[in-house]
Amino acid sequence: MNKKEWPIWEVFVRSKNGLEHRHVGSLHAADAEMAMENARDVYTRRSEGVSIWVVESKHILASNPENSGELFEPAKDKVYRHPTFYDLPEELKHM
Amino acid sequence: MQSQEAAFQAKIDAGQNIEPKDWMPEKYRKTHIRQISQHAHSEIVGMLPEGNWITRAPSLRRKVALLAKVQDEAGHGLYLYSAAETLGISRDELFEQLHSGKAKYSSIFNYPTLSWADMGAIGWLVDGAAIINQVMLTRTSYGPYARAMVRICKEESFHQRQGYEIMLTLCEGTEVQKQLAQDSLNRWWWPSLMMFGPPDAVSTHTEQSMKWRIKLKSNDELRQQFVDITVPQAEILGLTIPDPDLKWNEERGHYDFGEIDWDEFWQVVKGNGPCNRERLSARNEAWDNGAWVREAAIAHADKKKSTQNV
Repeated sequence: MNKKEWPIWEVFVRSKNGLEHRHVGSLHAADAEMAMENARDVYTRRSEGVSIWVVESKHILASNPENSGELFEPAKDKVYRHPTFYDLPEELKHM
Repeated sequence: MQSQEAAFQAKIDAGQNIEPKDWMPEKYRKTHIRQISQHAHSEIVGMLPEGNWITRAPSLRRKVALLAKVQDEAGHGLYLYSAAETLGISRDELFEQLHSGKAKYSSIFNYPTLSWADMGAIGWLVDGAAIINQVMLTRTSYGPYARAMVRICKEESFHQRQGYEIMLTLCEGTEVQKQLAQDSLNRWWWPSLMMFGPPDAVSTHTEQSMKWRIKLKSNDELRQQFVDITVPQAEILGLTIPDPDLKWNEERGHYDFGEIDWDEFWQVVKGNGPCNRERLSARNEAWDNGAWVREAAIAHADKKKSTQNV
């Protein structure tokens, strides 16, 4: 138990060209190369991807749900950022 | 505190998911660590009874399928361990709980695989029962667990179909082969029903688990669902389910079935099943014998890092 654990890596997979990489899960590996090999075996056994990113979890800064208010509230009252905010006549086309 | 808990419950009642950094009651966290890790351990220990037959598969077709299935189970264990780790427990702690016997895993894996037909019965019945439970869990409230379940369910369907195909082939074979299939069903039927856990009347976790959407159906409901689905599948095989009390109940719209031997269930849970000791010692041996590999990989990674920094 006192032995050093292999660090955790987050795995992102692009399912096909034209689409973004998506987070698919995590795994343990001693280094980046091993993380890549393990990601191949754990997350793409059935042709789920054409490209893999691995990043050590400690390098990701995740927002804290307790700060959700200050982070996300300000966007809520800015309805004028949406196209439906503007009153335009019915007969207007292509807009 | 009170209001935090109320807000948490309201979120669950509204059908929202809980994610790793969200506030959660300590008991929710603990229950999930216990349940997800038990599930992970079951996948890992579940590789052992089937691994027993890989080298003796009757054809290359069967062998590659069984290998792929066992590899999937390793993958499923890893998805689940990762989900448990988001709750603040380390992988090594989880392994330690398994290896010391502190953590439980599904009792079904403490039964031996005596013939090739058992590869069929396990895929058909054990994976079939697992799928019923796991499909429900794709809608569970804890996000990482639900997402792991979605992946697992997608992959698990092949497991059950390859098992049923093995049964079908045996049932269409010689009289001896058909007897092997029947013998296997006889041995795996009752332990499969026990996989859904104790009856609702005595299940200690059910009520709180339903409230927190850790479970969406009770043990008895899931068990009934399994029986209703499986009986017609046995009929197609031409096999007899080893339960003299099994019969269709027109009024209920379900099959009635006989009394489960819960003494046997608790005996196996307590460590006295036919293979409990064998399974745990196999896991401990694998972990201990792999220690030098884990250490060497870390040493190699450290060395590479230090040469890069020069």
